[in-house]
Amino acid sequence: MPGLGPTLDEDDAVIRVRGLVTGFGEQIIHDKLDLDVRKGEILGVVGGSGTGKSVLMRAIVGLQSTREGSIKVFGEETRDLDAAAAKDLRRRWGVMFQEGALFSSLSVAENIEVPMREFLDLPEPLMDELAGYKVTMVGLPVEAGPKFPSELSGGMKKRAGLARALSLDPLLLFLDEPTAGLDPISAAAFDELIKVLKETLGLTVFLITHDLDTLHAICDRVAVLADKKVLAVGTIPELLTFDHPWVREYFSGPRGRAAGAGKTKTMEPA
Amino acid sequence: MTTPSIQDSGDNDGGGNTARRLAVSGDLTMDHIAGIVGPLRAITPGGSALAIDLAGIGRIDTSGAWLIHRLVQDWTAAGVPATIENASGDADRLIAQVAANDNPVAIRAVHGNRAIERLDRIGRALYVAVENVGNFLAFLGQTLIVLGQTLIGRRPMRWNAFIHQCEAVGVNAIPIVGLLLFLVGMVVAQQGAVQLRAFGAEVFVVNLIGRSVMRELGILLTAIMVAGRSSSAFAAQIGSMKLNQEVDALHTIGMSPIEVLVVPRVIAMGLMLSMLGFFGSFMAILGGGLFCWISLDIPPVAFFQRLQEVTPLSDLVIGMIKAPIFGVVIAMMGCFQGMQVTGNAESVGERTTRAVVESIFVVIVLDAFFAVFFSALGFN
Repeated sequence: MPGLGPTLDEDDAVIRVRGLVTGFGEQIIHDKLDLDVRKGEILGVVGGSGTGKSVLMRAIVGLQSTREGSIKVFGEETRDLDAAAAKDLRRRWGVMFQEGALFSSLSVAENIEVPMREFLDLPEPLMDELAGYKVTMVGLPVEAGPKFPSELSGGMKKRAGLARALSLDPLLLFLDEPTAGLDPISAAAFDELIKVLKETLGLTVFLITHDLDTLHAICDRVAVLADKKVLAVGTIPELLTFDHPWVREYFSGPRGRAAGAGKTKTMEPA
Repeated sequence: MTTPSIQDSGDNDGGGNTARRLAVSGDLTMDHIAGIVGPLRAITPGGSALAIDLAGIGRIDTSGAWLIHRLVQDWTAAGVPATIENASGDADRLIAQVAANDNPVAIRAVHGNRAIERLDRIGRALYVAVENVGNFLAFLGQTLIVLGQTLIGRRPMRWNAFIHQCEAVGVNAIPIVGLLLFLVGMVVAQQGAVQLRAFGAEVFVVNLIGRSVMRELGILLTAIMVAGRSSSAFAAQIGSMKLNQEVDALHTIGMSPIEVLVVPRVIAMGLMLSMLGFFGSFMAILGGGLFCWISLDIPPVAFFQRLQEVTPLSDLVIGMIKAPIFGVVIAMMGCFQGMQVTGNAESVGERTTRAVVESIFVVIVLDAFFAVFFSALGFN
């Protein structure tokens, strides 16, 4: 099946995973997994529950120890970095966790300013202005800045988490289920936001999702995780031709078809 | 990678008006703009027009775009029309992006009058304190009703939970309580011996150990240990169950959280603290006896004989009356604080701390009350 392999021929992959093996105790999660993420694309990662989507993301950002294999981000082998280089690498990516993972003792604005204070030496007023800009950019209301995470709804926490991830204008953004638990209108707005950010800021996005609508709406390519590997990577029309029971069930099941139909319907008037 | 710089020049158009021209060059990225923020903002708007020339910039990100955007805004607001010239496509796109998201966003909570705020805080604290007392009384009432109903058999006793709690708060605490009280017994004997030696009355160390340990120290120290160990655990367990909506789930299934979570803990703690207190007193006497044997040459047989003579049975009874009461109070404080958890994980930590501090405090207050009470009854 040419064209749907997990690896790319070109050399400019932002993330390059080769032969990754991870596991917990006896249980193997990934077995010789390969994956490339191209510069400037939104790569959706899908897979059944328990196939290790989140573990893969955690392994790439260095939160999960790996047993074998190589993970290169921006061409640097993450495992071999010394402390200073690792910190420099972390400065260039942003991670948004599923529930936002906001620091509960800091307000939204302070959360957004945490990376700025850690890495940069900006004047306080400018930092406040930039935090204010990020608040608006992710679609939070203007009064959200001084609020604490416990005062926010689930969707607002996700947006604030995204604003913090975008705090330093990262080149690479990791999103773990950004639309899970949002109402369809908010989810669609979130999709649109990520697309706009990708286009204006030139982001590369690694996006874990279960949301078929998100996949259809914004993902350039979709990687399917199953059988402890990345089975196939490609656009959705390409994946529809891929012969694997899970992939067929996923994209051609009733929900997959509905999401696809919604996509074509909204495309027609445009 | 070049540090950005500004070149400020004015073109006189002949009519006395000066069209200002700011040429910005270098990388307008977060890492580099810190140096030009000050100078750029220090320039007072003036002249007939401003042209910002971006021909010389290298890379630009949202912070740089924001800086340029604000410059245009500030000058325009001051009555000087500002324009951007020679911007690259990327820069244009970014500046448009930040311009679209320029809203007056609140960053910090606005502070009012300090005196009023202080009063506001005192009022709130008072309100919370009163509310807390009310909540505790409500909780106490509910628990006592359910406890009474359980004891007379109108509600089922949760035997599994009860046995599990007995193990957690009682059996598992045996080593630490035993070691602690053993050491305390030795210390009391040693300090007592030092003082009593001055009067040649070292043998009275046995009186000191027997009476202080049986009546006060054995139970009190065990209760403090258990309060630190288990009331925190109760608060954390029930608190995280509340956060996780498990308590709500119990309600909707039709089970009473008090019956399922609180009553087994309260009964287990009352029973276990009695037994641990007895065990702890025994260990303290053992520690004191060992010290007497080794250091004061009082053989064990003589030690226990004297202990029997000088320690009235009432001391043991008083200790055994206090123990279950302390146990019930400690368990209730822990469970109450757990039930008060709301909102986020931080609240669990705060409530756990309060459970420990308040249960130890209440235990000591109750102990003082009992000391006065039993003295008044004539048990000296």
